[in-house]
Amino acid sequence: MRLLPEEVDHIALLSRLELSAPERERAANELSQILGYFEKLNELDTENVEPTSQAIPTVNVLREDVVTLSLTPEAALQNAPESAANMFQVPRVVEAD
Amino acid sequence: MPLTELTAFQIAAQIKQKKVSCREVLDDFLARIDAVESRVKSFVTVTSDEAIKRAEMLDKRVASGEDIGVLGGVPIAVKDLICTRGVRTTCSSKILENFVPPYDAHVAERLAVEGAITVGKANMDEFAMGSSTENSAFFPTKNPWDLSRVPGGSSGGSTAAVAALEAPLALGSDTGGSIRQPAAYCGCVGLKPTYGLVSRYGLIAFASSLDQIGPIANDVRDTALLLQAIAGHDRRDTTSIKREVPNYLESLTGDVKGLRIGVPKEYFAQGVEGYVQDSVRTAIDKLCELGAEAVEISMPATEYALATYYILAPSEASSNLARYDGVQYGLRVLEPGDDIVAMYSKTRAAGFGHEVQHRIMIGTHALSSGFYDAYYSKAQKVRTLIRQDFERAFEKCDVLATPTAPTVAFKIGEKTEDSFAMKLADVCTIPVNMAGLPAISLPCGFHETDSSNMPIGLQLIGNLLDESTLLRASHAYEQATDWHKRRASL
Repeated sequence: MRLLPEEVDHIALLSRLELSAPERERAANELSQILGYFEKLNELDTENVEPTSQAIPTVNVLREDVVTLSLTPEAALQNAPESAANMFQVPRVVEAD
Repeated sequence: MPLTELTAFQIAAQIKQKKVSCREVLDDFLARIDAVESRVKSFVTVTSDEAIKRAEMLDKRVASGEDIGVLGGVPIAVKDLICTRGVRTTCSSKILENFVPPYDAHVAERLAVEGAITVGKANMDEFAMGSSTENSAFFPTKNPWDLSRVPGGSSGGSTAAVAALEAPLALGSDTGGSIRQPAAYCGCVGLKPTYGLVSRYGLIAFASSLDQIGPIANDVRDTALLLQAIAGHDRRDTTSIKREVPNYLESLTGDVKGLRIGVPKEYFAQGVEGYVQDSVRTAIDKLCELGAEAVEISMPATEYALATYYILAPSEASSNLARYDGVQYGLRVLEPGDDIVAMYSKTRAAGFGHEVQHRIMIGTHALSSGFYDAYYSKAQKVRTLIRQDFERAFEKCDVLATPTAPTVAFKIGEKTEDSFAMKLADVCTIPVNMAGLPAISLPCGFHETDSSNMPIGLQLIGNLLDESTLLRASHAYEQATDWHKRRASL
């Protein structure tokens, strides 16, 4: 089954990827191919199978809540594309009144 | 004999005995890099200046009688997704092209403590997604055995560096075969440890439930030596296993008497070249001559592993890679009038290569509302079936033997237009990551192609946390053969 153009656009939006027209076409082909391949898993009855999310289950790894050394603001910001006043700077997300 | 032809084990011993200095060893490797790097292209960044300073510092410590660690003075290549403080770490991606980590990964700290000298950050498939290193945003790495062929991937730069004698050791990472498959293609030894044996702190994440850092070397002893240096608990990785690390070098006894080797028939099937099957069968016969016993077994869920992997790994990746949004680090594309969603979408479209975008979209779709049960949840259940196949196998076997890859290294450009054909290169290695098991690839023969004689890989798979048995069997095989002594002529 081939993905519709609007389905590809929806996936691209959720993925936060801006695709050109040829990229949308290529994504439709490649995603449709691999989603078709995933149908193979339906050959298996997994009705009574527990899911595995980790090969070696670990639960509730805790540590003492103590203050330790961590990155300084300068170090944390050294790779930021834009920063100001010890903060990461982004385009306005809240409209002014 | 140039010092580049020594093993890491020999180098560390000679430095300790003051027969050579760290600086002399390093100079030989830097000269070798100068001589071959323009053809092989193993490294994104060669860190000569830092390495020279470090070698001189280590030599002073040796002179004052200090023990400088089990890797004292040994040069090493580090895959460029392992964070190194103050040294650019790119993941071979444009989105991290100028990223300089403010901290060291756990394994980078371990290398420093044990006296290793990092000579460079090795090329890879972007974000470790690929099987040929052609997905690097910068340049493809070449196979030292035949420069018209790929080194495998995603740890292609790390492995090519070892095969080309640019470094005796390398660190790679393995999510679906990214250490073992390039090791097979380049005639090296590569080990993916048990999930949780080596801390992932500071490893740039691809698929967190599958990723594991591991050693690449030219023989089993060096592989064990590097594993020893990096294994062990680290509280900064909550999946890190709390357990005393065995002495891996002591496990290299050469004795495989009574070892039960499982041979799963599903790995000797259609799609795996006859010459690969023959070499692997011959290797199993060799182990049996040494006293091991082969047991034919069946692992029926194997044929579903590839589809399962291509749901689970992209799903985890789509979440992990959400952080590359032009805010905290890396590339930002922002044009006048853009809102924040436009900034995210343009940044990610410009910063990620095609394969990474493809996998982000697969994973995003698999996790999205209305599709989660059909894809992600289904794949998690099939993962259980794959894991149970291994559990049953290890009830009657000590290790399993399979091919590492279905073919020898393919030609550069041969599979770049067909991302599905590329994925089949990992069909023998992927199931192991699903179950979190340790596995190793060893050279077990060569195949004459139209342009060259290419190495073939034997994969041995061990039970959880049983790296010792895996290394013991590998070492016994290696002692009885001489494939590992062959070197690419460059």
